[in-house]
Amino acid sequence: MVIFDNLRNAWRLLRQNKVRSFLTMLGIIIGVMAVVVIMSVGAGAQSLIVNQFKSMGTNLVGVLPGKSDEKGPPASVMGIVVTTLKDDDRKAFDNGEIPHILASTSYVRGIDTVTSGDNKTDTNFLGTSAGYPNVEEINLEFGRYFTEEEEKGNAKVAVIGSTVAKALFPDADPLGKNVKIKKTIFQIIGVAKERGRSGFQDQDNQIFVPLSTAQKLLLGINYVNFMRVKVDSADNISEVEEFIKIKLREQHNITNPDNDDFSVRSTNQGIEAISSVTNGLKFFLAAIAAISLVVGGIGIMNIMLAAVEERTKEIGLRKAVGAKSRQIIAQFLVETILITFTGGVIGIIIGSGISILVASIAKNMGYSWDLVITPSSIILGCIVSIVIGIVFGVTPARHAARLNPIEALRHE
Amino acid sequence: MALIQVVDLKKEYTTEDVATPVLGGLNFSIEKGEFVAIMGPSGSGKSTLMHILGFLDTLTTGKYIFEDKDVSTLDDDELAEMRGSKVGFVFQAFNLLNRVGAKDNVVLPLLYTKASGAERDRRGTELLAQVGLSHRMNNTPGQLSGGEKQRVAIARALINNPEIIFADEPTGNLDSKSGLQVMKILQELNEQGHTIILVTHEKYTAEHAKRILLIHDGLIVSDELVKNRQIAKDKSELSK
Repeated sequence: MVIFDNLRNAWRLLRQNKVRSFLTMLGIIIGVMAVVVIMSVGAGAQSLIVNQFKSMGTNLVGVLPGKSDEKGPPASVMGIVVTTLKDDDRKAFDNGEIPHILASTSYVRGIDTVTSGDNKTDTNFLGTSAGYPNVEEINLEFGRYFTEEEEKGNAKVAVIGSTVAKALFPDADPLGKNVKIKKTIFQIIGVAKERGRSGFQDQDNQIFVPLSTAQKLLLGINYVNFMRVKVDSADNISEVEEFIKIKLREQHNITNPDNDDFSVRSTNQGIEAISSVTNGLKFFLAAIAAISLVVGGIGIMNIMLAAVEERTKEIGLRKAVGAKSRQIIAQFLVETILITFTGGVIGIIIGSGISILVASIAKNMGYSWDLVITPSSIILGCIVSIVIGIVFGVTPARHAARLNPIEALRHE
Repeated sequence: MALIQVVDLKKEYTTEDVATPVLGGLNFSIEKGEFVAIMGPSGSGKSTLMHILGFLDTLTTGKYIFEDKDVSTLDDDELAEMRGSKVGFVFQAFNLLNRVGAKDNVVLPLLYTKASGAERDRRGTELLAQVGLSHRMNNTPGQLSGGEKQRVAIARALINNPEIIFADEPTGNLDSKSGLQVMKILQELNEQGHTIILVTHEKYTAEHAKRILLIHDGLIVSDELVKNRQIAKDKSELSK
């Protein structure tokens, strides 16, 4: 078998020039490694976000201001502020009309440096409805959450997360103490239990205040950022979604669903939307990494052209003893492919190693990060490296095959 | 029927529209089993003639008939086929692959044939034994002396059972003792029936052949049988 002889010969050459072979492969190693790492870390980050969604519970329906495609990202993700959604809209559907809605809450968000006495800390404040603890899982270490009456009365009361509690009251009991948010003094009525990190967010570095208070005193707005609705069972989600849509259209005097100025999504839809964004990002990054493969391929072509020059005499000899042009092409092509393929395999191994390392570091830091090394990325790495070998090996191989045997033999 | 028949063979090299004649109308034939030396000073065209006869180069006009076949009509692949099956080359500079052992060098031409791995191994071993290098099978050219290298090259030239062995200044890079050894092997091969064409500029070396074609400025000056033929002997035999 000629191909087997070519492979043996190519492997021997590769091993005899270890340093040169390695440097030749480096571009491919780095390129394939980058693709594998990006695919794997991308999938890991995706799993982190998806897990975060799942940890909120799959029985949730979200209501967001602004229209959006079914699967595309909501307008608010793009940084557009839509002001059409009000807390009254929530009260319109959460009125006990259908039994599947267990609880609901609206949200507004803000950031501030809050102070208490001499201590201060940067934190998020979250304006919610009184039903918040029934929608999301939050338990109180001390005290209580605010009531509907307090919310209606714009009460200046706050529930603080454990990180905030440690920062503002390292030694004292925060209950009953005051905290100043945006020049308004709130009385602390509760301290939340530690919830841990969720995704990239420290869920304990938050202050919860009544929605109306946050809107009027802290943000000066009358709309809400989004809403969440807890449904009794996942089976009833679509029914609840439809109900909410009908109620919101009534509220907003919309007759044609195409003109909806809101979007209703379940957690699963949210997962899909996030996945579509992260997938896009992942492939974008992988495409950038692929550029280094092209650069590596050009480097290999260059080295192989030099190798043809260096081995002109050998090529002349091979032709003199009966090698046909296509057999010379095959020889050099096999050599190039072996280099790129070996580089690809090394890249896959290193890339997988880095992916495992990243995953274990992320896990140690408490993120729910899945290690994802898909067979498809490994197969892709192998195929891409072989294709690069063919694409960039053809020119040097043809160059070799075109040599005149007499001149090649005389070459010094 | 002659093995080689050359009729009015001409060769010109054309560079930038200037044609330089190298061979100007040669006529001769070589029979199977002959030992012919093509002799001439450098620049006489003897190497070009050998390249054409060995299918490495093509003629400009005239005819080259090899075993009834008109070589000038063959394409590149067919010429490669002829080189791989009909001729074997022994070069002045040995032209061995430095990174592989003696046996792998010997069997190199078989890579381009259908010979199996076992067949290659058997032939390689056999031929290295024939040139007296059984103990050097796996030594790379760097570990061999000049004479040993040329003997490896001769074994390589024999591996395809060629009709003709072309030896281009085979003793040019060797000391006289190794040169004698090489000439002795070539003479022995001729005794066994191989056709040998030797290219040299030295009269002494040429006289080891049976017939000398003397070439000067691209023309055959004389074509004569060797009267006082040199018979190469090992020094050990000479001292007897």
